[in-house]
Amino acid sequence: MTTTASGPPVQAPARRRTRRRTTDRGFNRAFRWIAVGSGVLMLAVLAAVALFLLVQAWPALTASEDDLAASVPRYPADTSLLAYVGPLVFGTLLAAALALALATPVAMGIALFISHYAPPKLAQVLGYLVDLLAAVPSVIYGLWGIFVLGPAVLPVWEWLGQVLGWFPLFAGTVSPTSRVLATVSVVLAVMILPIITAVSREVFLQTPKLHEEAALALGATRWEVVRTAVLPFGRSGVISAAMLGLGRALGETMAVLMILSPGFLYSFKILTSAQHQTIAAYIAADFPEASGLAVNTLVATGLVLFVITLAVNMGARAIVARRKEFSGAN
Amino acid sequence: MTTTTAAASADATELTRALLTAADPRRRRVDRTMRILIWGAFAVAMVPLVSLVWTVLSSGFGRISLDFLTLSMRNIFGGDPSGGIYHAIAGTLVITALATVISVPIGLLTAIYLVEYGRGALARAVTFFVDVMTGIPSIVAGLFAVALFTLILGPGVRIGLIGAVALSVLMIPVVVRSCEEMLKLVPNELREASYALGVPKWLTIVKVVLRTSVAGLTTGILLAVARVIGETAPLLVTVGVTDSINFDPFEGRMMTLPVFAYRQYSQGLATCPGGESATCVPDIAIQNGWGAALVLIVIVLVLNLAGRLVNRWFSPKLR
Repeated sequence: MTTTASGPPVQAPARRRTRRRTTDRGFNRAFRWIAVGSGVLMLAVLAAVALFLLVQAWPALTASEDDLAASVPRYPADTSLLAYVGPLVFGTLLAAALALALATPVAMGIALFISHYAPPKLAQVLGYLVDLLAAVPSVIYGLWGIFVLGPAVLPVWEWLGQVLGWFPLFAGTVSPTSRVLATVSVVLAVMILPIITAVSREVFLQTPKLHEEAALALGATRWEVVRTAVLPFGRSGVISAAMLGLGRALGETMAVLMILSPGFLYSFKILTSAQHQTIAAYIAADFPEASGLAVNTLVATGLVLFVITLAVNMGARAIVARRKEFSGAN
Repeated sequence: MTTTTAAASADATELTRALLTAADPRRRRVDRTMRILIWGAFAVAMVPLVSLVWTVLSSGFGRISLDFLTLSMRNIFGGDPSGGIYHAIAGTLVITALATVISVPIGLLTAIYLVEYGRGALARAVTFFVDVMTGIPSIVAGLFAVALFTLILGPGVRIGLIGAVALSVLMIPVVVRSCEEMLKLVPNELREASYALGVPKWLTIVKVVLRTSVAGLTTGILLAVARVIGETAPLLVTVGVTDSINFDPFEGRMMTLPVFAYRQYSQGLATCPGGESATCVPDIAIQNGWGAALVLIVIVLVLNLAGRLVNRWFSPKLR
């Protein structure tokens, strides 16, 4: 918005053109084209990601079921590629959905804490601490999840299995190793906390001061201010923040690969081992040893993951972008 | 008449005051509960951070030694406790540096385009898709790089350059976003003063806009490096693994710190025929993994801290 202010706003188009002719030449033009070229390159890279994945996945997409079964390890006979990818998609979505359900309430609490509850001088430092969670490499989350979190939550899982065993999610034998989807979801939830917190915090801070003061003037308590002024204003922002978190959880690889004991079932038993696997972890586990058609099959599953995350991210960003236009009016 | 209204209004005032001071206990209870919950949410988030940092420090510290930092794993088998992570540190630095060299010019120029030139549908599209690209899963970026280089070099090639390209796909959007924010902070008066002196636009951008925001740009780039230096999955599928030192990203497999930590972890316990001794430690692989994790987390934290400090100390004081 600052750049558009330069130059007289109401100028005849003819005059603009003469100005451009006199200054837009030589280095000036070259520099402009380089800058525009980089912008276009960004779009080209995204298109190239989709294109090259498609090219490499194509042999697997067109191969017959027998060929796939012959060359891809663990490929069940008489299964279409779609039926093969199905359990992986299911596992990915289940893990991400559980992580999201765990992380969103906590992240909203943290965002409100930083924007409305914490002492203003401390708020920035506390926000930085939460951002540090995003800086920790995922392989370290994997180590931590298997050696610290797993043993720590095992009693909780056993208790859930005993008391709430009738509920489909907690049914089945509770694995004594804790290498189950429930543990993975907790780690994923910790990993997506920072992004959800960061986006919600920005939205909550944009709440018009007048709305908050009006609520205070009517005698509202702190929580009532939040409930009546801040949350309604930030609703769409929180939704898009949650979707961004979902996108992260869908694509997370190492924590799942290291913690989960994999299986290929449509199963809701998140406390039992050898039930689920996610797309990303499956690729990372098998890709280093794969060759030939197996590589193409793995790239095809990667393409599925790419499409899912792209759709989720585009939805989230579209909501954020639409919000920006409206929030100017407030 | 006046007395009655006065009395009535006095009554009303009293009533209002009573209502306000003795606010509905349920409302106060809810307020207090929510306050506790919200403080609790923050505390809950700090538990994993503290636990994680403490675990890495306490588990990894015992393995750190000069040998561990300066030796590779070449010809180290089983529970042999000699050997170290020098090859992994070298690989991480080379690949990350190469990714930075690819990402920073493209990212910075895209940010310049968005701030200085961008308007209309193209700029909107670039902004939108840069945001979308920040959400590309890292494993997909790795697959993309493999797919690209399979077409160029044939299948099965594993070199550092492929990993650097994969990391660039993840890094460029982060660089664009942070540089864009920093360039927007440059006051327009500076640009206009430069134009008024007859300086062409490109020179204004190079000498005025970039000069003014150089501290912020450095911060953004350091944070972007910190973001990709810990990536494991894309390197696992693109660069492969090795036990030897390799500084050449255009030839041969390379080892990186996160992949090293993962590989050591997945090796599990070694068998020591004669029991634990100075030459055979059963859980040496796990210890190596924690040691690598500690070095990695120290690098990431130092980059983060350096980024924040550069911005605080060197950014120009704007009114």
